[in-house]
Amino acid sequence: MKEFALLFRQPDFDYSNADPAKMKELGKKWQDWVGGIAAQGKIADGGIRLAMEGKVLKHGGVITDGPFVEIKEKLLSFIVVKADSLEEATTLAHGCPAVDEGGSVEIRPIFA
Amino acid sequence: MLYMKEEELVQYLFRQEFSKMIAVISKTFGLQHLETAEDIVSETFLTATENWKQKGLPVNPTAWLYAVAKQKTLYFFRRNRMFANKVLPALKTSGSGDIEEAPVDFSMQNIMDSQLQMMFAVCNPAIASEAQIALALRVLCGFGIDEIAEAFLTSKETINKRLTRAKEKLRSAAIRLEMPPEKEIINRLDSVLHIIYLLFNEGYYSSTPNKTLRKDLCFEALHLGLLLTEYNKANLPKTNALVALMCFHSSRLAARQNENKEVILYDDQNELLWDKELIQKGEYFLSQSAKGSEISSYHLEAGIAYWHCQKEDTPEKWENILQHYNLLLQINYSPAVALNRTYALYKARGRDRTLPEAEKLQLTNNRFYHVLLGELYSGLNNQKAQEHFATALSLAKSVDETQIIRKKIESIL
Repeated sequence: MKEFALLFRQPDFDYSNADPAKMKELGKKWQDWVGGIAAQGKIADGGIRLAMEGKVLKHGGVITDGPFVEIKEKLLSFIVVKADSLEEATTLAHGCPAVDEGGSVEIRPIFA
Repeated sequence: MLYMKEEELVQYLFRQEFSKMIAVISKTFGLQHLETAEDIVSETFLTATENWKQKGLPVNPTAWLYAVAKQKTLYFFRRNRMFANKVLPALKTSGSGDIEEAPVDFSMQNIMDSQLQMMFAVCNPAIASEAQIALALRVLCGFGIDEIAEAFLTSKETINKRLTRAKEKLRSAAIRLEMPPEKEIINRLDSVLHIIYLLFNEGYYSSTPNKTLRKDLCFEALHLGLLLTEYNKANLPKTNALVALMCFHSSRLAARQNENKEVILYDDQNELLWDKELIQKGEYFLSQSAKGSEISSYHLEAGIAYWHCQKEDTPEKWENILQHYNLLLQINYSPAVALNRTYALYKARGRDRTLPEAEKLQLTNNRFYHVLLGELYSGLNNQKAQEHFATALSLAKSVDETQIIRKKIESIL
């Protein structure tokens, strides 16, 4: 089996004012989805979760609070899954809550 | 009748005191004398049986046992000149005082210290885990060779071989009876907790039909866990989580088997038979386990076991069980956990959501997988359900399993 990183991106969103009940529901959705992959024994690494805030260093010593890259979506987190092919890894990505929230999952092979 | 009572008492005391005495004697003279310590303690109990049969019970049987063990120990080490040549000078330099006053110290404190050190020695990762469990059962829990063999469903010879190997390893790796250095305790504690966990599971899931033996195994494991919580440096959140887990599981022991020794599944259990006291104890240790930020697999399993102690099927219960399983799978995958998670998903989210996920697991050689699929298809596609139950039946590994699966097949005929 090979390993693939699933990178989650989601539109910029102000979580500080979010409804706690809704956040909890969203958290369950994520856990159910990852749990489904884990139940197939296909999680290689639980990855890390990135905080919403941070800094960006640019050419010329310019430091900003973001946006992190000049696109609408920001990187949320990633996990590493085990799959035989890029196609299978992409199948695993189906059902990812980031997609339901208007975001995307990027599936990238990891060099062994 | 009186004779029977004494017999039982000796047995009870044996379990209670065997490991304590071995620990103290080994602590006094060194772990290389573990086998001698075993012999001395066994002889002590033999003497006790004979003596008490003739003269009746002493006022304080435990003190009597300690006194005799002390005598026998001193006699042995004196007779072996080694005592005079090696042990004696060492004792003198360490300032233990008068040898005639017997250096074998059966005080509460020394018993506890020695037992803890024995736990760390037995659970030393240098010893293979199979041998470790046998050694733990023998030395830490005072189980007889025949009982260990029965628990593992194997022969006494096999167990004896394992024990011999383990003891050789103790000698060759020069493992000493002492607490690991402060900075190593946390790592070493992991192997101690793991062995206790395996001991417990051996009792809880063992295929031996001997109910008493299984219960004893569970309670001995629980006892070792409790010992750890009494020692500050070992009393970590995950230790408490493991103890909580064992309390919750043990609370259902009496309800899991009927008088015909058949297994009673969770759904059919009479919750009045669940041990409320153990559940409360579990709740206490679960709250103690929440003191840090670490979430170990013991925490998650204890959480799952806690919710199983709520008999009523509420959405909250299954939601919590599911979320615990989701996390547990990410740190500790096993087919059994995957199947349990899928069952929790079914209880929390329903059949439509669960069936596709269950089909993805592809644990085709696993009998429990087919039982689960059979259940999920029951009432939806009975033909398919029957096929899965039939496959499960062909893979069944015990009479209990066969019985349970047959009942399920009958229920959808």
